Amino acid sequence: MQPLKKIILCGCFGLLPLISQAQSKLDSLQYLQEVVVTAKPFEAVIPVQTLSGDILQTLSVHSVADALRYFSGIQVKDYGGLGGLKTIDVRNMGTHHVGVFYDGIELNNAQNGTIDLGRFSLDDMEELSLYNGQKSDIFQSAKDFSSASTVYLRTKRPQLLDGKNTNLIVRYKTMSINFNNPSFRFEQRLSPKVTMSASGEMIKSNGRYKFRYKRRNLDNTLAYDTTAIRKNSDIESYRFETALFGRLEDGGWDAKAYFYSSNRGAPGAIVANKFEDGFRQKDYNIFAQGNYTKDFTDRYHFQFKGKYAFDKMHYIARDVTDFMGEETTQGAQFDDSYYQQEVYTSMINMYNITDWWDVSASVDFQWNKLNANRKGINTPFSYPVRYTVLGAVATSFNLNKFKAMVSVNGAFVHEKVKNNTKAPDKKELSPAIFLGYKPFEDVDFNLRAFAKRVFRMPTFNDLYYAQVGYSNLKPEYMNQFNVGFTYSMPFEHTIFDQFTIQSDAYYTETTDKIIAAPTGNLFRWMMSNIGKVKGKGVEASADLDFHFGPVNLNAHASYAYTTQRDYTKIAGKPLSSYGDQIPYTPWHSGSSIVTANYDGWHVNYSFIYVGKRYNGAFNNIPKNKVQPWYTHDISLQKKIPFKHFKLTAAVEVNNLLNQHYEVIYNYPMPGRTFKFNIGIEL
Amino acid sequence: MKKIFKIGLILTTVFSITLLHSCREDEYIFGTEVASRGEPNPDAKVLGFYMLNEGNMGMNRASIDFYDFRAAQYKTDIYSEANPNVVKELGDVGNDIKIYGDKLYAVINVSNKIEVMDKWTAKRIKVIDVPNCRYMAFHKDKAYISSYAGKVSIDPNAEIGFVAEIDTVTLELKRKVTVGYQPEEMVIANDKLYVANSGGYRVPNYDRTVSVIDLETFEVIKTIDVAINLHRMAIDKYGFIYVSSRGDYNKIPSNVYIIDSRTDEVVKNMNTGASEFCMSGDSLYYYRVEWSWAAGGNAINFGIIDTRTQEVITDQIIKDGTEKDIMIPYGLAINPETKEIFVTDAQNYVVTGYVYCYSPDGYLKWKTKAGNIPAHFTFLE
Repeated sequence: MQPLKKIILCGCFGLLPLISQAQSKLDSLQYLQEVVVTAKPFEAVIPVQTLSGDILQTLSVHSVADALRYFSGIQVKDYGGLGGLKTIDVRNMGTHHVGVFYDGIELNNAQNGTIDLGRFSLDDMEELSLYNGQKSDIFQSAKDFSSASTVYLRTKRPQLLDGKNTNLIVRYKTMSINFNNPSFRFEQRLSPKVTMSASGEMIKSNGRYKFRYKRRNLDNTLAYDTTAIRKNSDIESYRFETALFGRLEDGGWDAKAYFYSSNRGAPGAIVANKFEDGFRQKDYNIFAQGNYTKDFTDRYHFQFKGKYAFDKMHYIARDVTDFMGEETTQGAQFDDSYYQQEVYTSMINMYNITDWWDVSASVDFQWNKLNANRKGINTPFSYPVRYTVLGAVATSFNLNKFKAMVSVNGAFVHEKVKNNTKAPDKKELSPAIFLGYKPFEDVDFNLRAFAKRVFRMPTFNDLYYAQVGYSNLKPEYMNQFNVGFTYSMPFEHTIFDQFTIQSDAYYTETTDKIIAAPTGNLFRWMMSNIGKVKGKGVEASADLDFHFGPVNLNAHASYAYTTQRDYTKIAGKPLSSYGDQIPYTPWHSGSSIVTANYDGWHVNYSFIYVGKRYNGAFNNIPKNKVQPWYTHDISLQKKIPFKHFKLTAAVEVNNLLNQHYEVIYNYPMPGRTFKFNIGIEL
Repeated sequence: MKKIFKIGLILTTVFSITLLHSCREDEYIFGTEVASRGEPNPDAKVLGFYMLNEGNMGMNRASIDFYDFRAAQYKTDIYSEANPNVVKELGDVGNDIKIYGDKLYAVINVSNKIEVMDKWTAKRIKVIDVPNCRYMAFHKDKAYISSYAGKVSIDPNAEIGFVAEIDTVTLELKRKVTVGYQPEEMVIANDKLYVANSGGYRVPNYDRTVSVIDLETFEVIKTIDVAINLHRMAIDKYGFIYVSSRGDYNKIPSNVYIIDSRTDEVVKNMNTGASEFCMSGDSLYYYRVEWSWAAGGNAINFGIIDTRTQEVITDQIIKDGTEKDIMIPYGLAINPETKEIFVTDAQNYVVTGYVYCYSPDGYLKWKTKAGNIPAHFTFLE
């Protein structure tokens, strides 16, 4: 490519929104009138990134996973397609070290430890936030203390202002690729102290989009250039959730029920001579959860959380082809159903000893059970049941200039199985310390540092998966060290309103990493604790609010530099990839968002850049290199108020430059797509 | 205020320079890398060997390397450059490679195809689609291919595999015969084809038979009960067939059995396991990789069976201790001319593997990086 063209194609769009946001603080304030407002003096102590309000709604993305890509340090593993799996990884420490909380309670998958964030739509999201380490609050469950990084998804609460008793929103989205997505949201005041909400949506798409593979000969002539249609990436899904919110004297409560079901294609790798496959996945996820908070005295605060979840996953692998006049199978066939259940409770106590010193203690209890029905598989299934008791004690000091949080969390795990060998009981303890220092009285500049050790328990698959699982696995440990700062600068009487910047540098070390170790047969692996990975990196993000006359703008930019190298030895021998950057870890990645508001018009431009990285073949050799990818998305939204209702219409373009890219090798992503949204608010 | 703009300007410049250097470029076909390994042998009658790297599933990384004995050069991934117009290159998971006549055949399992190439240039002649194909054997003007694929049944993995016949002149599929569950390697003796059935999809109800097929009628004429999870097959010059059982990777260890092709009966249990073997003259070279719970790792052994006495004559092939560097042996071959020993190391099946060359008396001559999961050899004469 010509250098000039290069600048235009990838430079210009990227650098426009350089200094950049604060996500419509007004909106969240307004809505907070309905909620208990708590001061957050520890906000600057722990690295946090947030997307909320209007920005979240106008970001031209559909799922939570797509939105999380705008946080620095997050990598989304996206297998493409509308039904494709999307998982997140923070600081490249591994999916298992990210805790994902939905309205305050963790989403769990005891079977394989991964949460598919592609299935959570943004429609009803109020706020997404990412904390490195843990949330800057000690009044939280033991679970909240237990991950290396934590993502909180907070759904909308009823926003019944000015004496309104009912809100109803009906929306419809469609795309230039076959996609239909009607949804609704209903909010109602039931009594002065109780409100409710109900929302639902349906997504139906055949998931067909074009992808392209093109290669040149070494002399620059064309070797091949082929365009095909992604198949078996269709989806039909339904989501319904309802919630009640109550206010009490000195407290509050909420309860919600969630239902999701989907029937989707699980598109496979595009490989030579095989551009489609027939793997299907059906999911049913149901959970109900509640939360109760009460301040018994001015000093003693109490919280109770509870949840029940049931997940069913039915996986069918059945590829057939015609061979010599007969319908025959292709690969191995599967028809497996897995049933997971979870019961979770947490009791949280906090006591303010003085106005600068708080202590808290929390105890969680969790029960997980996995059943399976696997057709044609005759090895006995383990039917594991796990009992987990988690405890955490924490304390925080706020001496104005100097702030500190110290916590220790522990876990006791006991398991039972019907077949095979059960895992031994486990007891683990891990500490964390967070320090903040504000050197100047009148400048909003904060220094921070933390050190945290976490462990992740082996999943049911790690322990019991037929012929692969190893019940004697130990937990995997992660040590994380972080130093950083935040700086916020207010402006008066200029076009600028506010500028904030934060940056952190970190070091991570994974030991006893649970990986599949090879045995003599390629089809046979043995889960083991032999992995070792070390990483370091720098992250920065900046936000700028400004205005030109009546036009309000804000801009957000983030950047991350990461190394995460593998030092695994097998039987004392280094692998040929020893010391190489682990798969799908870009050295450089970044994003930017610019939004502008004027008189009901809302324009959003967003850009994502993920640099060079290496694919799952591990070795950092040219053959395994995966090209950088970067996409530009633009959306234009208009809110038109009528007498009795409000109309919202939006047009979005995703992947404006029609880049044919892959996030995961051999899993092509869609090119340019147009999206149309319309909504009516009563 | 000006300061902010200045910082902004500097950041902008840095950011755009970074982006300039990190844009997408046109993608090129995978190039061959040449490495000098060993000593040139200008008079070598065996000109070289092709090495099929399996490539991890889903990665589309099957590749063919070539070692040139005359020039002493190891060339990685020769297929991609020889066939630049083949979309997505050789394919996903190579499983067997053989030369017969003037043609080079590569079995690409997940790509459901047999790639037929010119044996001198590795240029594609034809693709034959065979679902879930595994191994090949040749006899007269026919090629035989075993396949895990079978007629669709309600119960997953209850399908019975087949062997298909291909005309090596027209490269057309001719006949098909149903054998046992998940058939693997084959040998031919007295116009009969012997197929080792594994039943690998049916854990723990493995198949335990060898199917005997009359090549005239292309029907199964006998089913020999041997042991569970059969895999490798080799035939000596006296008509004895060596067949390996993989065991159940847990309580039942791997083992080798001998079938007499005149009686089609099992005549001997070797009471020694083998993951792979290679017949050379009267010697059957083998190695064994077995997971040991006690050791918490793989136990690896190399050895030779003398086919005249049908006894293990040595449990040590490599004499200089370098076999300890091999993480997972995954391929074995003996140069028919020089009797040099070739062993591959698949590492953890994910990363780049190695090929080791040993002198006939077991001393390391050279070692080189190959592709992902180097596994199958065929010599070019």
